[in-house]
Amino acid sequence: MDLYEYQARDLFESHGVPVLRGITATTAAEARQAAEDLGTPVVVVKAQVKTGGRGKAGGVKVAKSAEEAEARANDILGMDIKGHTVRTVMIAEGADIAEEYYFSLLLDRANRSYLAMCSKEGGVEIETLAEERPEALARVEVDPLVGIDQAKADEIVAAAGFDAEDQPKIAAVLIKLWDVYAGEDATLVEVNPLIKTGAGDIVALDGKVTLDDNAEFRHPDHVALHDDQSTDPLEVKAKSLGLQYVKLDGNVGIIGNGAGLVMSTLDVVAYAGEEFPGSPKPANFLDIGGGASAEVMSNGLSIIFSDPAVQSVFVNVFGGITACDAVANGIIQAFELLGAQGATHKPVVVRLDGNNAELGRKMLDEAALPNLERVDTMDDAARRVAELASRAN
Amino acid sequence: MAIFLNSDSKVIVQGMTGSEGMKHTQRMLTSGTNIVGGVNPRKAGTEVEFAGGVKVPVFGTVKEAIAAADADVSVIFVPAKFTKDAVVEAVEAEIPLAICITEGVAVKDTAEFYTLAKGSKTRLIGPNCPGVISPEQSNAGIIPADIAPKKGRIGLVSKSGTLTYQMMYELRDFGFSTAVGIGGDPVIGTTHIDCLQAFQDDPETDAIVMIGEIGGDAEERAADYIKANVTKPVVGYVAGFTAPEGKTMGHAGAIVSGSAGTAAAKQKALEAAGVKVGKTPSGAAALVREIMEGLTA
Repeated sequence: MDLYEYQARDLFESHGVPVLRGITATTAAEARQAAEDLGTPVVVVKAQVKTGGRGKAGGVKVAKSAEEAEARANDILGMDIKGHTVRTVMIAEGADIAEEYYFSLLLDRANRSYLAMCSKEGGVEIETLAEERPEALARVEVDPLVGIDQAKADEIVAAAGFDAEDQPKIAAVLIKLWDVYAGEDATLVEVNPLIKTGAGDIVALDGKVTLDDNAEFRHPDHVALHDDQSTDPLEVKAKSLGLQYVKLDGNVGIIGNGAGLVMSTLDVVAYAGEEFPGSPKPANFLDIGGGASAEVMSNGLSIIFSDPAVQSVFVNVFGGITACDAVANGIIQAFELLGAQGATHKPVVVRLDGNNAELGRKMLDEAALPNLERVDTMDDAARRVAELASRAN
Repeated sequence: MAIFLNSDSKVIVQGMTGSEGMKHTQRMLTSGTNIVGGVNPRKAGTEVEFAGGVKVPVFGTVKEAIAAADADVSVIFVPAKFTKDAVVEAVEAEIPLAICITEGVAVKDTAEFYTLAKGSKTRLIGPNCPGVISPEQSNAGIIPADIAPKKGRIGLVSKSGTLTYQMMYELRDFGFSTAVGIGGDPVIGTTHIDCLQAFQDDPETDAIVMIGEIGGDAEERAADYIKANVTKPVVGYVAGFTAPEGKTMGHAGAIVSGSAGTAAAKQKALEAAGVKVGKTPSGAAALVREIMEGLTA
């Protein structure tokens, strides 16, 4: 889960990372009140969106009075930044920036370890810096069993080439940022910029944090950080049913068992779609897992049927641990459940293969379910479901 | 021979007495695995009876299971919350092979137990993987043995469970030496490269199938490795060409971030290393079929 800047700021503060005061607002009037409460001569109105480049898009503005903060908030709220609608702004104290640095700590998949990156040249797009002047970006491996202790922090600030007098202060902040990373089960903590103020203090001015959803059992408080508003409503519903669902922008609904098989199904359908007018594409990713019970199958189908973009549905199941006859049974019962709700009006193509495939296929054929076709192979079934979606257009 | 697992393997199950553990221990026994024990400190000293009258003793620790039953493989089914403790226990007991089936393990836990396993005597496979099967010899994990029951000369390594099953099923007439599900998490113990190396060295494997998916750079690294070290024919398949950037596709590791981790980049790297890459799983299976028929001709 990616956090908003204000959520990252709060987590930083709770772990003792120096931050500036900030108050969120969802209306211009609230923004004015927030600026008055802060009481500083200058405030910054910052769009809260989970994407980079908001400054360039006009999502960050300086205001020199509460009236001005209200006006800027009015400009920014509702703005679209790379497809993200701004629903919240943070009114933050204006900072007295002397220097801007960069720091991040992240999971390094390639080396199966953690990686700290640090630079004296912050405030810019770090990808650009990494590409154009890689020598300006220090990369230091952090052992997951040790973390950033004093020695590691000293190593990082030295590698980044900070002035000797600044090094201890920055190192102290890095140790606190490690507390955020490890203590909150983050997979990314990025501070850009990390600043030195005119008074010589080190402050995290902007933060980006990604938390590991699998670690929520250790952090019941993280549930409150979920943000259903900016998530697709079908994704929210699927999650509440315990299904792995991702909304995509096509018109062929996809259900399968196993993440790899479903990803593969998306590809095969997209390839098949190229052969038909309108080039039908997958409307979603939906993994119902190994079990494929009647309940899970009907939950999955009901999510997909309720997506108005869907014009045909591909159920692609490989019967392994759960054999095909059990899967067929699940599909038949799901159709009974959904048929009673009048929800089975979209054409469905089923491919069943694996253990007891013949029995499962026979059961489906004998059930003669409305709007359901059975095709033996994955490639042929993908072609058929794309054709059905193409015809519906 | 096969790799990692053979008919001599003595397997224990950590978390055997839980519902998943019971179900899959039964399946492993049915497919001929030599299960020498379960591990559960609260039920140590008892026995669990499975279908067919097979009685499996329960040990208090992995260390005890090694001492008493000469166990050399542990399959781990304990819930995600407790997985780290279970893997750490297996590694500290120096079991040669630990296969972690559990999905949904926090990445911090995995990063920690992987780091511990790295410098140890234990080969770690997983987490979030279907395990390892050497047909007609042993089955350690949840791969359904009956989809491809025959021993053969194809080696398979895959990030994805169901695509493993699909591929094994399509090539069941040829059979497999060993199939290894390495898992789709961001941090995993055994990689494509480890398996490629083992298959290259295995005299009972003639051709290798490698199934990858979006996210990370493991396939690109594997391609470099193949180019330099693998002389046996390799067929590849990569899932996730149409996955959008920034959306996790089911597996915690399956996410395209920026230009990194795309299926297209992986395919390109593999093809540049001389790997034939199938456009669909069936297409990849057909390529393997061609190679195997060419070898026996």
